[in-house]
Amino acid sequence: MYSLDAAGSLMNYLWDSILWIFTPAHLSGPTGVWARLGEHLFYSGLSVLCAAVIATPLGLFIGHTGRGRALVIWLTGALRALPTLGLVTLLALLLGLGLLAPLLALTVLAIPPLLAGAYAGVESVDPAASGAARAVGMTEWQILTRVEVPLALPLLVGGFRSAFLQVVATATVAAFVPLGGLGRFIFDGLPVRDYPQMLAGAILVIVLALVSDAVFALIQRIVTPRGVRVARSGQDHAEILR
Amino acid sequence: MITFDSVTKSFTDGTTAVESLSLEISSRTTTVIVGSSGCGKTTILRMINRMVDATSGTIRIDDEDISTLNPVALRRRIGYVMQNSGLLPHRTVLDNVATVPLLNGDTKKVARQRARELLDTVGLDQALALRYPSQLSGGQQQRVGVARGLAANPNILLMDEPFGAVDPLVRTELQNELQRIQRDLAKTIVFVTHDIEEAFQLGDQVVILREGGHIAQSGSPADIMSAPADDFVASFIGADRAKRTLHTRVLNGRTVVLDEHGTPAGLLKEVPSGGMDLR
Repeated sequence: MYSLDAAGSLMNYLWDSILWIFTPAHLSGPTGVWARLGEHLFYSGLSVLCAAVIATPLGLFIGHTGRGRALVIWLTGALRALPTLGLVTLLALLLGLGLLAPLLALTVLAIPPLLAGAYAGVESVDPAASGAARAVGMTEWQILTRVEVPLALPLLVGGFRSAFLQVVATATVAAFVPLGGLGRFIFDGLPVRDYPQMLAGAILVIVLALVSDAVFALIQRIVTPRGVRVARSGQDHAEILR
Repeated sequence: MITFDSVTKSFTDGTTAVESLSLEISSRTTTVIVGSSGCGKTTILRMINRMVDATSGTIRIDDEDISTLNPVALRRRIGYVMQNSGLLPHRTVLDNVATVPLLNGDTKKVARQRARELLDTVGLDQALALRYPSQLSGGQQQRVGVARGLAANPNILLMDEPFGAVDPLVRTELQNELQRIQRDLAKTIVFVTHDIEEAFQLGDQVVILREGGHIAQSGSPADIMSAPADDFVASFIGADRAKRTLHTRVLNGRTVVLDEHGTPAGLLKEVPSGGMDLR
């Protein structure tokens, strides 16, 4: 019925997919677009949260003490090399079908950017500021929570931004196990060659990724400490004057 | 009084920054430790508030061995001012100064009140209170740094090249301001610099260091100027340079003092003993 021999038919595919998405019967209900979107966000959010519980304290510790830098580099490299779909398959074989396998695989995917964000954030803080905080009598914990974390927040949130983006783009694998999420449309469309449905799933993932990226970009701006923001705008101003 | 008793500091890489240093720093005076870079002067300063721990020997503050004290508690009762201010970029001027009183358990209101008073003490306009450090000039930042150093009302104020990064005009202004503050507050100030002019202007006692934290000479500026212990000290203070040497010539029965260019700088007058104190 469809052929991919001309650009015109590609436009047809896209149009059909968009029509597919906005067909009222496809939007609502427990297998509708809204429900799948909710599931997709749930898997993604939960995975990033699990990864954050592990990676953020570890990254902050490494950034604060400077110990274990080699571990971060090795770990992030090694984890990034793991193919997520293969990992889901392996974990599903070991742990059985269900939420645990994709959750673990996506958590592994989210750890490297979160770890790098937390570590690089603390590392980027001017040693003069943290040194001065120590010299006036802050405890190590106070230096971390009152100086390093506030100044590291933009990079810390940057880690979440990149982790969430990767997880949202990859959470389609949950449908493989077989759970819900936007991957459902892709996996359901494949055996019956329902290309509009498959493309609809892909488009929805892309839109979700772009929207969440924009939301995190906004959060990043909001958490940048005012004193740092005015410093930057001051520099811009000085550059314009020059 | 701060006492160093054969204090040595060696680092793990094998370098010895300070070797067997013994030194007494009198209370309520300004002691300036001066030397070229790498002579261990900053290490000496940082050992007083235990930012650096001595490898051997003892350091006492009023007969209390500081190695027995909690470093954090010790630092909270010693003021610290550093080069490039070291202010927290995400906090306002007022909150930067209020940091130490807050750590010491004052309420926010009391700490801010104290901070506002200190802005007056260091000659900063109250209008700057809610600015961020990045919005201030280098000289203003250093004043905030001094205010923060004084915030806990410490007996001891450690100053690590605090005026090293500001331009000469502002530096002179800040030096005069520090002398004024010291006349009012009479703290035990330990001041580190590589600038001998600054040392002579500010110090009641000047300690000249050579490599390895060895004291080349220590004493009042007048003592050192009039009797340099050796060639090292003489060349360090520039006594051999024409700049410090003044010439006299008798003209019309009066003794005229001439500077290095032969320009008359003033008249020479005998000071009756006890009439003017040597600094």
